[in-house]
Amino acid sequence: MSAFLATVKRDLLLALRRKSEVLTAVFFFVIVTSLFPLGIGPEAVLLKKIAPGILWVAALLATLLGLPRLFATDHVDGTLEQMALSPSPLGLLVAGKILAHWLLCGLPLVLLAPILGLQFDLDASALGILTLALLLGTPLLSLIGSIGAALTLGVRGGGVLLALLVLPLYIPALIFGAGAVEAHIAGLDASGHLSLLAAMLALAVFFAPWATTAALRIALE
Amino acid sequence: MRQSIIHWFRFASPQSFYPLAGRLIPWFWAAAALFAIAGLWISFFVAPTDAQQGEGYRIIFVHVPASWMSMFIYMVMAFWAGLGLALNTRVSAMMAQALAPTGALMAALSLWTGALWGKPMWGAWWVWDARLTSELILLFLFLGFMALQAAIDDPRRADKAGAILALVGVVNIPIIYFSVKWWNTLHQGSTINLNKAPSMAQTMLWGMLLMALAFWMYSIAIALVRVRAIILERERHTEWVKHAVE
Amino acid sequence: MQWNSVGEFFAMGGYAFYVWGSFGACALLMIAEPFLAKRRLSEIRKSLIRERIADELEKQQQTP
Repeated sequence: MSAFLATVKRDLLLALRRKSEVLTAVFFFVIVTSLFPLGIGPEAVLLKKIAPGILWVAALLATLLGLPRLFATDHVDGTLEQMALSPSPLGLLVAGKILAHWLLCGLPLVLLAPILGLQFDLDASALGILTLALLLGTPLLSLIGSIGAALTLGVRGGGVLLALLVLPLYIPALIFGAGAVEAHIAGLDASGHLSLLAAMLALAVFFAPWATTAALRIALE
Repeated sequence: MRQSIIHWFRFASPQSFYPLAGRLIPWFWAAAALFAIAGLWISFFVAPTDAQQGEGYRIIFVHVPASWMSMFIYMVMAFWAGLGLALNTRVSAMMAQALAPTGALMAALSLWTGALWGKPMWGAWWVWDARLTSELILLFLFLGFMALQAAIDDPRRADKAGAILALVGVVNIPIIYFSVKWWNTLHQGSTINLNKAPSMAQTMLWGMLLMALAFWMYSIAIALVRVRAIILERERHTEWVKHAVE
Repeated sequence: MQWNSVGEFFAMGGYAFYVWGSFGACALLMIAEPFLAKRRLSEIRKSLIRERIADELEKQQQTP
């Protein structure tokens, strides 16, 4: 467990030394969501209807931005090989790295979403559901994304390939995440969406680090 | 029992699989041609005109087999890829690699014929139906698998990375399908109900079955041709390959 | 048999574009794909044969 926390702490520290990388994803999220009303028009009813979809798609793309760097720098300087050889299980260290990625690329989006939601005329309870859905959904995105990041590690054209591999797998998260907010706005109960999102998260917490570890071992061979 | 296991494992080596595939290919082509002729005969000359959809429904005879094959090929591909990952057998990984382009082709054909069927029947080239959307995502999964394998230079690593992706895809396909289905029922509950197909005549079912068999035989034949090429490409520096080509 | 003439068969009750578009695309791609796969196989074979001839020539030059 201490190895897990040490990995999280190390990745956070490294990221804080290079703030621009973390901020890129956040700025991307803010700018993209702000561009949509400019492209569509200021009609409040329409914006309110499309807000969940826009915020979620922007969140998917923003988390995608940080993924190529999840393992790449450690791979280049040899840290990843040391991790694979270390006595603590690689799966645990990988889980730590994924958690760090979520804290850096996912959590800021969750915190920003209610503010950005105001641009789309969402009311307080809808903003609450949006935040909750993102809180459950963004770790799922980091977990699924880590498999893609490990598979494309050190591969030609890795960034574009990563998007091609990972985005189709993001679809369920998008559907239930955006669906929760839409259902709430339509006056329906959002708890079904949210519990399915939580179920997928629980599944991913168990399987994704395992698959990522297997993919990393292949890349390190 | 033991003997038969050894017997089957013999074909797990590229050296013995290459000539075996060569002997099997003509038979699968012949079977594909025969089933296609019988299937086309039924689909155009025996199956009656549909009361609701007129002659337009005949697209079903290629649309349904293509959709079935695309899903089936993904499962078979993931099976071979997983087997290659677990047992480290080279031929099964090559089989997975050989199946992917055909699977992508089937998914593309399914979408194309689906659009051509949808336009006259529902008035739209594309509807966001659960099955159509899942088929599109399946095409993306095939393309991702092919792109990943093409991007990795070391064939062993490409095999294993592809296998993990294929297995992750298999876990995800049902989740994706049900989420899309749920999304679909929420958003357009009453527009078009694809499940209410016209009651199928017995001859139509036969035509569809024969066409599906033709597609199946075709897929096996083409995969075997491609796996032979892959075997030669990968094993080109071994001694047996030098004697295998005349 | 529900067709009275060849023209009627090709007209497909007004759905000619859709029916023949579907069957045509399937036929086209399922003829093109084997063609491409066989070309890939024959190309690797040719290059292997070339390699072997080159090896043999090299051996012949070394022996005398």
